[in-house]
Amino acid sequence: MTTFTLGRRALIAATAAALSFGTPVFAGGHQVVESIHFLIPGGAGGGWDGTARGTGEALTNAGLVGTASYENMSGGGGGKAIGYMIENAESLDNVLMVNSTPIVIRSLTGVFPQSFRDLTLVAGTIGDYAAIVVPADSPLNSMGELLETYKADPNAFAVGGGSVPGGMDHLVAAMTMKAAGEDPTAVKYIPYDAGGKAMAALLSGEIQALSTGFSEAVALAEQGEVKILGVTADERVPAYEDAPTMQEQGIDTTFINWRGFFAAPGLDEAKVAAFQDAIAKMYDTPEWEEVRARNGWVNIHNPGDEFRAFLESQEQEIGDLMRELGFL
Amino acid sequence: MIEGLLIGLSTAFSVTNLLMVIGGCLIGTFIGMLPGLGPMSIIAIMIPVAITLGDPSAALILLAGVYYGAIFGGSTSSILLNAPGVAGTVASAFDGYPMARKGMAGKALTIAAISSFLGGTIGALLLMVFAPMLSTVALLFHSAEYFALMVVGLSAIAAFAGTGNVAKAILMTLLGLIMATVGEGALFNMPRFTMGLMDLQSGFSFITLAMAMFALPEAIFLVLHPKRTATEGDGSTGKITGLRISRDEARKIAPVIGRQSVQGFFIGVLPGAGATIASFLGYAVERNLATEEEQKEFGKGSIKGLAAPETANNAACTGSFVPLLTLGIPGSGTTAILLGALIALNVTPGPRLMVDSPEIFWAVITSMFIGNLVLLVLNLPLIPYIAKVLSIPRNYLIPFILFFTLMGSYIGQNNATELLILVGFGICATILRFADYPLAPLLIGFILGRMLEDNFSRSMQLYDGASFIIDRPMTLGLLMIAALLVIVPSYRARRAKARRQGVAEGD
Repeated sequence: MTTFTLGRRALIAATAAALSFGTPVFAGGHQVVESIHFLIPGGAGGGWDGTARGTGEALTNAGLVGTASYENMSGGGGGKAIGYMIENAESLDNVLMVNSTPIVIRSLTGVFPQSFRDLTLVAGTIGDYAAIVVPADSPLNSMGELLETYKADPNAFAVGGGSVPGGMDHLVAAMTMKAAGEDPTAVKYIPYDAGGKAMAALLSGEIQALSTGFSEAVALAEQGEVKILGVTADERVPAYEDAPTMQEQGIDTTFINWRGFFAAPGLDEAKVAAFQDAIAKMYDTPEWEEVRARNGWVNIHNPGDEFRAFLESQEQEIGDLMRELGFL
Repeated sequence: MIEGLLIGLSTAFSVTNLLMVIGGCLIGTFIGMLPGLGPMSIIAIMIPVAITLGDPSAALILLAGVYYGAIFGGSTSSILLNAPGVAGTVASAFDGYPMARKGMAGKALTIAAISSFLGGTIGALLLMVFAPMLSTVALLFHSAEYFALMVVGLSAIAAFAGTGNVAKAILMTLLGLIMATVGEGALFNMPRFTMGLMDLQSGFSFITLAMAMFALPEAIFLVLHPKRTATEGDGSTGKITGLRISRDEARKIAPVIGRQSVQGFFIGVLPGAGATIASFLGYAVERNLATEEEQKEFGKGSIKGLAAPETANNAACTGSFVPLLTLGIPGSGTTAILLGALIALNVTPGPRLMVDSPEIFWAVITSMFIGNLVLLVLNLPLIPYIAKVLSIPRNYLIPFILFFTLMGSYIGQNNATELLILVGFGICATILRFADYPLAPLLIGFILGRMLEDNFSRSMQLYDGASFIIDRPMTLGLLMIAALLVIVPSYRARRAKARRQGVAEGD
């Protein structure tokens, strides 16, 4: 069913989406922005949808924003909404579009004719680390052991993921192998159309390791189904201290799958500042904490220029890797 | 087990929880009738209500009611208007709609309701008894087997090739397979065959294609043939609302329901298969098991052809709870949404669920039994009224179907281009119908195409070639079954033809 494929990654956000259908729209007090119209480049129930609706819920409930409205504009894997933002920039002064790591990847491959540079960067708000996991009964217990097994017979060691070749899960696997001194092009990457199916393939023994989002990995690790061999964070993540980082195992790689908000190009600076102010203040509210905890999101706040610097370095790193892998 | 069931029952039989399940079933049935709003979207809409209840058991009971209601509601639009809202009910339209056209809409809906009830209930029984053991079954299939399973599913098209239109049916299947390749797949990081059009990047949407192939040509036919009414009969309401299933008919569909409850359930347990595959396979298998006389009925209003996919569909939906509850793996979009709801209620499904919070597991099982039962009790009396839709005068009915169709394809994506695609394909489909090309094989090819290709390419990559066909006995076995399903009926038909000719010559 091509229309209804949802990964575990998306479903967590989907719940948030559903949760906020009944959001109360009026709030008073320390209001920073009168109204925000969230443009969601995908259908209801996806990861983008959940992020926008969850953020809107927290902002309005906390009284930082007067009213929030939402519009789903799917098409072109998100490209249609980006085009719409650029073409109608002048009339979209209260619109925030949600996006995430794929905007960087898809701009590089040319699937999107535009890039994040064509939009006004508001802020990166949340994120998730990536992880390499193996089944709980696997003989492998560390990235070192995984690399030994891989080196013994690269062709018999398949790494799966819930994204296309050249997509996020593949890039994380390749990035890790490269940082470990292996040839990233030699990794046998098997793509699945949803995170859940990739996980089933791991547990059934079709693939030997899985590249996936950290929060999904934690849920299954807590159930005793998988072992997390390495997480792409700088230091161990408080949500699951047992998972070692790649760095502490001598593999110098970090990766964040971010989600954030963009405004129309050429938007008035005062307006952008107001959006950024509302988002910055949101982090300290109990309303946000409730939404964040419910969805298992990790706060990774990157406003304005920091967001630009982050996106540029991610674009550089991913671009280099994709060229090496032959995708560009 | 008895103890667990008692815990579940005592939770379920509180006044609030019974109101939950009744409310859930009603909401699910009515929203589910709208194409474009399948179980997944309706559950997503209902989750906030469920979460505010605070009590995980009550929330699950409500959602189970919504889920079963939505599945049943989806069959209604399939049967009455030839407008399958979700892929799982496409096969129900194959025979359900012809039945409705013959003036047996009430009977068709009754068969659907009873098959759904039995499929869901027997599925829940299997889930209750075998769930912990079934987690191994859920992990039995690799991509190679899924590929073979999709090939078996494709053999359902044989039903539409029976009338001497083998070449036409194959042609339409191929067209469907080709259409499934449009857009970004799971295996390539560049979109294919989009002609640079952004709206094609995600491929054609199922719902748009289903409306274009099934519902829209139907409406156009009604316009083109002024004398054609919604039913072929005299249109008298008495005929439409006739619900009774004769004892003879009950005897015919009982074994179908029995077999398909089990088969559908096990297909549902596989996270890469699901209700759609289960309904196609159910249809194909039952057609092959039917007598030669009954086979001719398939596709023209066979009660077996309706009971098979309806039972399998519901049993598979129940089966999909096995990987969800025992492994924490969602096999379908709907179970993915349900997993999200469970996590929001602080319940993490997985191997530890039975140990840590058995009351949740039992609440799910009991809610399934109650949801199915309440649905049957609520819906049987409503069927005569629902079936009356078809006795609406044509000048009101046609705009209603058109509106229904257009809304269905717009609602899921909020993309106006879908409407253009719908109208364009709808016109092409009407022309193809005039030329007597069967449209169902196209839709089957389209639905199975993407999964067929993905699983095939994955296996090719894993095995560095096609050796998996020989190396994996289960793959080989399934492919042989597919071959038998295609060859045996045509061989039988040919022999029957030869025998008839022989008799003629002998005269």
